[in-house]
Amino acid sequence: MTAPADKLHLSREHLLDLLKQMIRIRRFEDKCAELYTQEKIRGFLHLYDGEEAVAVGVIPVLEKRDRIVATYREHGQALVRGVPMTKIMAEMYGKQEGCSRGRGGSMHLFDQATNFHGGNAIVGGGLPLAVGLALADRMQGGDLVIACFLGEGAVAEGEFHESLNLAALWGLPVLFVCENNLYAMGTALALSESETDIQRKAACYRIVSEAVDGMDVVAVEAAARRAVQAVRESRKPYFLECRTYRFRAHSMFDAQLYRDKAEVETWRQKDPIVRFQEWLEASHLIHAQDVLRIEAEIASEIAGAVAFAEAGTWEPVEQLTRFTYAESALPADR
Amino acid sequence: MIETTYREAVREAIRDAIKRDTRVFLMGEDVGRYGGCYAVSKGLLTEFGPERIRDTPLSESGFTGAGIGAAMGGMRPIVELMTVNFSLLALDQILNNAATIRHMSGGQFGVPLVIRMATGAGRQLAAQHSHSLEGWYAHIPGIKVLAPATLEDARGMLWTALQDPDPVLIFENVMLYNMMGKLAADAGPVDIDKAAVRRPGRDISLITYGGSLWKTLEAATALAADKIEAEVIDLRSLRPLDDATIMASVAKTRRAVIVDEGWRSSSLAAEIATRIVEQAFWALDAPIGRVCTEEVPIPYPAHLEYAAIPQVPKIAAAAKTALGRA
Repeated sequence: MTAPADKLHLSREHLLDLLKQMIRIRRFEDKCAELYTQEKIRGFLHLYDGEEAVAVGVIPVLEKRDRIVATYREHGQALVRGVPMTKIMAEMYGKQEGCSRGRGGSMHLFDQATNFHGGNAIVGGGLPLAVGLALADRMQGGDLVIACFLGEGAVAEGEFHESLNLAALWGLPVLFVCENNLYAMGTALALSESETDIQRKAACYRIVSEAVDGMDVVAVEAAARRAVQAVRESRKPYFLECRTYRFRAHSMFDAQLYRDKAEVETWRQKDPIVRFQEWLEASHLIHAQDVLRIEAEIASEIAGAVAFAEAGTWEPVEQLTRFTYAESALPADR
Repeated sequence: MIETTYREAVREAIRDAIKRDTRVFLMGEDVGRYGGCYAVSKGLLTEFGPERIRDTPLSESGFTGAGIGAAMGGMRPIVELMTVNFSLLALDQILNNAATIRHMSGGQFGVPLVIRMATGAGRQLAAQHSHSLEGWYAHIPGIKVLAPATLEDARGMLWTALQDPDPVLIFENVMLYNMMGKLAADAGPVDIDKAAVRRPGRDISLITYGGSLWKTLEAATALAADKIEAEVIDLRSLRPLDDATIMASVAKTRRAVIVDEGWRSSSLAAEIATRIVEQAFWALDAPIGRVCTEEVPIPYPAHLEYAAIPQVPKIAAAAKTALGRA
């Protein structure tokens, strides 16, 4: 589904793939939540439920050689990028077969093979890294796009402003993708920002910016194509704000005292999967069997991932202090 | 041998690194047009241009993080944080990113970055511009911490640090920049993992680093007049610590005083004293002494600043106490 950046490919095959990728994230995370209650997954677990259209709309537009800096709510990004679901699930389990050898867990998915630079769990902390990756590319005469995901909560951090300024000042190829889900943990955007129109903040730094309906995967993809093409050609930053919503709690410890159930219900009516699927059905682009087939494929993949994670092994305690500093040679399995 | 200064030795190290490796560049506040807050990088912008001598805005977290990202992206950046005091604005990037990324990623991504900064008191710059926090940084697994005290180390540590696959912090004491001395014309890279015995002696080990080295050597000279032969150890690397050199010295002298410009409580000096107790307790003939900064923000007036940080008379007195000759 990596079509030329300048035109939309709304072929049936492509549309089915968009739908599948979104359902794949949703079902994977439903399983993660279940495994969390079974205490197979521990620590923090931040689910992407409701925001799937952002990762699915943006990431396939990137080239393989491009780099991604993600947040701690990054299961969807990693899955769409092509980090194997087996390795992601094993990472959630803390097994050494995980994509970060179990050292990171849910919040720190890393994968060198797909240029996936984490998994960054200090809000705003990933933005300077993206600026640096872009600076390195510029100094090496490359043509990469560095995609940097951030939540709207990061906008209140100094690192947001420092990074946008540096990217614009130095002319660096960073695509900032803001997943505006309206809540920084439990604090509503209106309670934390004097200016709630976030893309305007980027514009203040002379960065081309736009806001898009983050619940509409086709709209996100169209915007991402414009954005990626602009960054690739101009070698300058671009800011894409995706207006979205998280249906579930911030993490597994959140009683959601800060928002009305009615508000959540209103947003659920805009569920990116339901909405897209209904549109596809109404447009006779898919059949009921297509969805059944997709669901079956995903169920099978998830079962395989769980089995892989269950069969995974614990890193011997004797290796506790590994990876603090470089080793001259890594074991043969890496 | 050529006559030079610590400042010029650091500058020559940067110049040499940029010439040797196209991936190396310097970035920081006022490193270019201003020539560096301490004039370390004076002239380098003209020589290498604005891409490799990159002036940054006052965004310590932003450009330190950019250095981390650039290192991950294949470059070998030298980030200059004007002083350790401002490094606190970049602490998130240093601690949460530079020090953790290799581990969090299971060894997939490294951060071959060098961060240089000035440290220390002595210029009447008061409480916000006089910190010595290198001991704090030495607390953090995942980074290495160096304190060049000599011209050779100022000239030689940078290149070795740039070869390291992990982040290395280099602390340059502000009182050393003007220090003059002789340096071999062909001076080059030095090791960054061994402590050095700067003055051999049999009666007591004086363990120090950075700006305090010269005060400690002066104290050792004064002690010699009283027939006390002090051995002076320059730690050079604060993380990792070279336990072997420290313990070998203590095993010989059976007495130790640690001189550290950090505050006394929870200090690097405390760490070294603990290691001596753990590893060489039975060799000791006297309690370990410490000369650290007094537990006070550094004051502005010269006489109070002088009294706050380690000085030659205090070091000599601490050595005599350890020898029972106070």
